[in-house]
Amino acid sequence: MKDAFGAPQSLLILGGTSEIGLATARRLITRRTRTVFLAGRPSEGLESAAESLRSIGAQVHTVAFDALDPGSHETALGKVFAEGDVDMVLLAFGVLGDQARDEQEPLAAVQVAQVNYTGAVSASLVCAAALQAQGHGSLVVLSSVAGERARRVNFIYGSSKAGLDAFCQGLADAMHGSGVHVMTVRPGFVHTRMTAGLPPAPLAATPDEVATAIELGLRRRSGTIWVPGALRVVMAGIRHLPRPLFRRLPV
Amino acid sequence: MPVPFAADSAAEAVSVTGWGRTAPSSAQVLRPGSYEEAVRAVRECGGRGTIARGLGRAYGDAAQNAGGAVLDMTGLDRIHEIDAVNGLVVCDAGVSLHRLMQVLLPLGWFVPVSPGTRYVTVGGAIGADIHGKNHHVSGSFCRHVRAIELLTGDGETRLVTPEDEPDLFWATAGGMGLTGIVLAATVELMPVETSMMTVDTERATDLDDLMARLTAEDHRYRYSVAWIDLLARGAKTGRAVLTRGDHAPLDALPPRLRDEPLAFRPGRLPAAPRFLPDGLLGRRSVGLFNEFWYRKAPREQRGRLQRLSSFFHPLDGLPEWNRIYGRGGFVQYQFVVGHGEEEALRRIVRRIGSRRCPSFLAVLKRFGDADPGWLSFPVPGWTLALDIPAAMPGLAAFLDELDDEVAAAGGRVYLAKDARLRPDVLARMYPRLDAFRDLRTRYDPRGAITSDLARRLGV
Ligand SMILES: Cc1cc2nc3c(=O)[nH]c(=O)nc-3n(C[C@H](O)[C@H](O)[C@H](O)COP(=O)(O)OP(=O)(O)OC[C@H]3O[C@@H](n4cnc5c(N)ncnc54)[C@H](O)[C@@H]3O)c2cc1C
Ligand SMILES: NC(=O)c1ccc[n+]([C@@H]2O[C@H](COP(=O)([O-])OP(=O)(O)OC[C@H]3O[C@@H](n4cnc5c(N)ncnc54)[C@H](OP(=O)(O)O)[C@@H]3O)[C@@H](O)[C@H]2O)c1
Repeated sequence: MKDAFGAPQSLLILGGTSEIGLATARRLITRRTRTVFLAGRPSEGLESAAESLRSIGAQVHTVAFDALDPGSHETALGKVFAEGDVDMVLLAFGVLGDQARDEQEPLAAVQVAQVNYTGAVSASLVCAAALQAQGHGSLVVLSSVAGERARRVNFIYGSSKAGLDAFCQGLADAMHGSGVHVMTVRPGFVHTRMTAGLPPAPLAATPDEVATAIELGLRRRSGTIWVPGALRVVMAGIRHLPRPLFRRLPV
Repeated sequence: MPVPFAADSAAEAVSVTGWGRTAPSSAQVLRPGSYEEAVRAVRECGGRGTIARGLGRAYGDAAQNAGGAVLDMTGLDRIHEIDAVNGLVVCDAGVSLHRLMQVLLPLGWFVPVSPGTRYVTVGGAIGADIHGKNHHVSGSFCRHVRAIELLTGDGETRLVTPEDEPDLFWATAGGMGLTGIVLAATVELMPVETSMMTVDTERATDLDDLMARLTAEDHRYRYSVAWIDLLARGAKTGRAVLTRGDHAPLDALPPRLRDEPLAFRPGRLPAAPRFLPDGLLGRRSVGLFNEFWYRKAPREQRGRLQRLSSFFHPLDGLPEWNRIYGRGGFVQYQFVVGHGEEEALRRIVRRIGSRRCPSFLAVLKRFGDADPGWLSFPVPGWTLALDIPAAMPGLAAFLDELDDEVAAAGGRVYLAKDARLRPDVLARMYPRLDAFRDLRTRYDPRGAITSDLARRLGV
C-alpha cells in the first residue's frame, strides 16, 4: 500500500533497464519500496539492473516483457499482479528511433509507433485493469514534451508520444474515482543513453531530477507533471507560436 | 457515502479515506442494517476481504480496504438496554459516543472514556481502544467494556468477555478491527451529577515546567491534558497551557443551572467550506495563532465552570474542520515514550520546533498504567500528538527519523492516527504483534478481515 505521502511499497517498471526508470526505483527504495519487478526484454542489462537494485536493499524480480508483442502482455503482467498488490506501475519503455532513417524506411517508423504508442496502450490497459481490481495504485507514464508540438527533427517519435499522452489523459479520467491514480510525466531533454550524442536542449534534466519530480507528483497525486517544472510555461508559449516562426526555432 | 446494503448486487466502488484525507483507495461500501446482513457480508466477501468502519475518525487507512468491502457500521445504531441503576449500556457498535451522551447524561451517566471528538462509534472506540484525558485514572476504553458481540472472519458470531475469552477480547481491544466485526457491546458507565465541568487552567513556561506540573498534580484530577505550542523555540520550547478538571458536583452549579443540571448542550458552527486554498495553514499563521492562544489563557485560574462539550470536544463545534488542510490532507503523529524517557521527549520536541512544523496546538498527556490490549497504544509515560499538513516538504523522512527515536526509547506510535509507519518499525513498537497475527489466522483462516493498514504494515 502507498502511505500518506504516496510512497509505494511495491513497484513494477515496464522497461526495466530504462535509466529514468531505474533512477526512480532507487529514489523510491530510499523511501518505502521493498519489492521491485523489472519487466523488459531478457538481457544481461536487465539482470544487472536487477542486481544494482538488490544491492541497495530491494527484493527484485525480472519479468520477460516485449512492448512489440501486445498479445503476451496480459499473461506476462498478470503473473506479476498475481504475486500481490502492485502499488505503482512505471511505464518507462520507449524508443527514440532514427528520424532520418525512419523517414526512408516506413516499417522502421512503424516500429517506433508500435513500441511507444500501441505497446504502451496495451500495457497500460492491462495494468490499469489490474490496479482497478485491487482498488488502489498509481500508473505513471513517461510521455515527453516532444508530444506537445511535433518538430521537424523528431516528429515520428513526437507523434507517438502525442498519441500516448492523449491516451493517458483519457485513461486518467476513466480511472477517476476508482482509487487508481494515473500520472503523465512530460520530461524535456534528459541525459540518458537514449539521448547520448545528441546536443542537449535548453532546460535539460538528469534522470534523478525526473525521479524527484515523480516522487513529488505521487505525494500530490498530480495528473500531469513537467520536468523541469518550468517547461509547463515554456511549452504553453511554444504551442501557440505561429508555424513559420516555430519552424525556424533552433531547438 | 452510506449506500444501501447489497452484498449480492455489485455495488459501485467508491473512494474512501480516513480523517486525514490522504491515500484514498476504493472499496464497495456496504451498510448492514441487521446482524444477519453483517454476517452475510463477511461470509460472502470476495478475495480482498472486508473491514468495519465507524465514523471514519481514524486519521489513516485503518478503516479502508482497497478493492474489497468496507462495512459502514453506522446502520447498526440501536441502544438495546440501559441499566440506569448499575450504569451499564448494551448497544450496537455503530452507536456514536455523541448519541450515548445525549441519551445517558439526562440519566446521570457519562461514557467512561471520551476522546477529543464525540463523533466516534462504540466499535471504533473498541477497535482503537481509545484513551481520553482520564487515562491516568481510568485507563483506556476497553477496560470498561464487559462484553462484545464479535463476528469473526470465519463467519461465526461470538459473545466475548475478558473472563471467558481473554485472548480474543484483548486482541480485539485496540486490534484495529482486524479480529472481526464488533456488532454490539456492553459498556460500563460513570455516574455524574451534572453536565458541567469544573476546570483549572494554568500556563507552563516550558517543557520541564510542564512535565513537573503534570507529575506533581495529575493525581488530583480525573481529567488532565496540556496544549503545547511546538512552534515556540529557545527558552520557550514546550510552553503549554494545562487544563485539568472533573465533573462538577451539583452544589458547584449556580442556581440558574440547577434546574436542569444534566442538560447536554453542545454548540455547533457551520462546516468549513468545501474548497479552501492549499497552504492556508502556513508557519506564520499557525505561529500567530499559537501565540495568541497561549497569551489568552489565564496564567492560573481555578474552578471555572465549563460545558462538557467545550472541555472534551472543542473541535466538534466546527464540523469537517479536516478540510482546512486543503487537498493534500494532513497526518497526525502521536507517539508515547515511557517514564524515564523524558530526555527522548525533550529531544523530539526540540526537533519538531527546529523543523518549524506548522502544527497547531499539539496535545501532551501523561498516561497511567498500560492497558491489557495486545495492540493497545497506551503505556505509562508521555504521549504527544500533533497535526501536520502532508504537503510539508521533507515531512515523510522527518517522521521516519522520529519513529526511530521513539522506538529506540521503547515507545510506539498510535495506529488509529497512523498513515505512514514502516512495517519493520511496527514490530519493534508492538511486541505482541506475532501473537496477534497467530490469533487472526486462528479465527480467520480465509483472511476475510483485512484493511489497507493491515496490508501496509503487514499485520
Ligand atoms: C478530532 C479527533 C480527536 C481524537 N481524539 C482522540 C483521543 O483523544 N483519544 C483517542 O484514543 N483517539 C482519538 N481520536 C481517534 C479516534 O478516537 C479513533 O480513531 C476511533 O477509532 C474513531 O472511531 P470511528 O468510529 O470513527 O472509527 P473508524 O475511524 O471508522 O475506524 C477506526 C478503527 O476501528 C475499527 N472499527 C470501527 N468500527 C468497528 C466495529 N464495529 N468492529 C470492529 N472494528 C471497528 C476500524 O476497522 C478501524 O480499524 C481522535 C480523532 C479525531 C478526529
Ligand atoms: N531521455 C530523454 O530525453 C527522454 C525525454 C522524454 C521522455 N523520455 C521517455 O522516457 C522513457 C525512458 O527513457 P530513458 O531516457 O530512460 O531511455 P532508456 O534508458 O533508453 O530506456 C528505454 C527503455 O525502453 C526499453 N524498450 C525499448 N524497446 C522495448 C521493447 N520493444 N519492449 C520492451 N522494452 C523496450 C528499453 O529496454 P532494452 O534495454 O531492452 O532496450 C529500455 O528499458 C521513454 O519512454 C522515453 O521516451 C525520455
